[in-house]
Amino acid sequence: MSNTQLKKYWAKNLKYLLILLSVWFIVSYGAGILFADALNNIRLGGFKLGFWFAQQGSIFVFVILIYVYIRLMNKLDQEFDVDEK
Amino acid sequence: MTVQTWTFVIVGLTFALYILIAIWAKAASTKDFYVAGGGVSPLANGMATAADWMSAASFISMAGLISFMGYDGAVYLMGWTGGYVLLALLLAPYLRKFGKFTVPDFIGDRYYSNIARTVAVICAIIVSFTYVAGQMRGVGVVFARFLEVPVETGVYIGMIMVLFYATLGGMKGITYTQVAQYCILIFAFMVPAFFISFQLTGNMLPQLGFGGKVADGTYLLDKLDGLHRELGFAAYTEGSKSMIDVFAITLALMVGTAGLPHVIVRFFTVKKVSDARKSAGWALLFIAILYTTAPAIATFARTNLIQTVSEQPYASVPEWFSNWEETGLIVFEDKNDDGVIQYVGNQEKNELTIDRDIMVLANPEIANLPGWIIALVAAGGLAAALSTAAGLLLVISASISHDLIKKQIKPDISEKGELLWARIGSVLAVVVAGYFGINPPGFVAAVVALAFGLAAASFFPAIILGIFDKRMNKEGAVAGMVVGILLMLFYMMKFKLGLFGGGTKEEWWFGISPEGFGSIAMLINFIISFGISRFYPAPPEDVQEMVESIRYPRGAGAATHH
Repeated sequence: MSNTQLKKYWAKNLKYLLILLSVWFIVSYGAGILFADALNNIRLGGFKLGFWFAQQGSIFVFVILIYVYIRLMNKLDQEFDVDEK
Repeated sequence: MTVQTWTFVIVGLTFALYILIAIWAKAASTKDFYVAGGGVSPLANGMATAADWMSAASFISMAGLISFMGYDGAVYLMGWTGGYVLLALLLAPYLRKFGKFTVPDFIGDRYYSNIARTVAVICAIIVSFTYVAGQMRGVGVVFARFLEVPVETGVYIGMIMVLFYATLGGMKGITYTQVAQYCILIFAFMVPAFFISFQLTGNMLPQLGFGGKVADGTYLLDKLDGLHRELGFAAYTEGSKSMIDVFAITLALMVGTAGLPHVIVRFFTVKKVSDARKSAGWALLFIAILYTTAPAIATFARTNLIQTVSEQPYASVPEWFSNWEETGLIVFEDKNDDGVIQYVGNQEKNELTIDRDIMVLANPEIANLPGWIIALVAAGGLAAALSTAAGLLLVISASISHDLIKKQIKPDISEKGELLWARIGSVLAVVVAGYFGINPPGFVAAVVALAFGLAAASFFPAIILGIFDKRMNKEGAVAGMVVGILLMLFYMMKFKLGLFGGGTKEEWWFGISPEGFGSIAMLINFIISFGISRFYPAPPEDVQEMVESIRYPRGAGAATHH
């Protein structure tokens, strides 16, 4: 495969990483720590929202993030024909 | 049947299972020994990674720790799961494509230098030993409580078990026993959780019961906050650590997780790059089952405990209370001689001291669950401790036989000779780990949590830059690793062990505790690596090509020797 194609593949990979890691940062460090006090004024059933993100919500999001990444990358590998046969 | 008979039966059955698997999965080659032959399915690898990762600390101590820390417990919950996102996105696929056996392998080849390789070996051994000593101690403690043998005997039994399947089967034996151990430990963790959640909130699922209502119609967490306020503790849903410290500890644990050699090496055992991604997904899913249950258990246990003991006459405490008092893990001191237990936030008036480690182990007893469940928890705790110990021991033995002997001292060693050295290495590692388990040096407990800081400060930047910065050279990486780990060791010795003049909480740099300092040391490692590397020539052409090639999945053969 041509060099420009590979560069494109890598650039797209980096873009995915940037987006997914931003979400990773926002739910854990943002909602769970930096803005936890503010979010604690909002309630989710029996939870204060900031506390929920810190102790449970962020973990759910982490799992989802990895599965989204797996899907995105499998598609990207196929698109650029670098997947494993 | 009594609890003790149940424990003998269940623990005996699980041990027999591990031995059978070990005989079935005997390692025939170094490739079997280091990476289980390289053909583990993503699902099995996910389970093995989860068991490898979740140690005695996760199983036995964490829920208890959280129940005493309240909101601050989030540092463990997020810190020990969020690292898998980093692993899956930034490390696992590329390291799998690289396709060698160990983390020092990668560092040594990527930075074309045996100095880098040796620095990595030393870091791997420091990190793994500090961690494994705690595991062997965990095995001893569980045995001591449930089979009523001395802690030492428990450690010996654990050593023999690990020795048997790690030495015989290497990574292959470990992988399949870890799959079995995951099933046992998660079952053992969840069953009491279902019961207790149902008892307390009427909801079977602890994740939902956590936000559910208790019998009197108030939300569990509000009820607990109320109890805390009455007794003079800080509210459960608010922490007492500073925000910057919570931030730093969470970051250090996440990055440390992604830098731990015994976790990284698990991703070398799958067939393909896409399998490495998938197994990171499975691993976090399996870990999340326990990690989303633990904070719920923490609140259940905390509520149960306060309601059972607070302001109760000492003469009428339940049986589990006296059982654990005998082990010295619960201490009651009747300061005002009224025969009633005052459990309050005020240190002067508080009469009850509870070791946080017993919360999970005592939980089934506190909730009055049947004997077989208590025995199951014992088997689960042992599974968690043994699986992690075995994974760590393999890192140490591979560091000796592969990274030191094969790669540096005696490159022409035969396949058979290397395999023999791998087995000798694992025997040595078990013996040293057992020694520390029996004679725990005072600093072990303090140091285990810091293993993450050390991994964060040394490996993480070197690996990330090795993958994402083609221009990174050996000068930068070695300088970064050395400064990072030394800085972390210095901070840890100064503020944890009182060396270099010691220091108090008020003197922490930027208000960050030793547990969180790994994140600062990591940042400094990144800056130094980057800065220094620009003053020296770019890495050789073939290394740059290698970095290029690990970025694309196609062509990942099975892990090869050379």
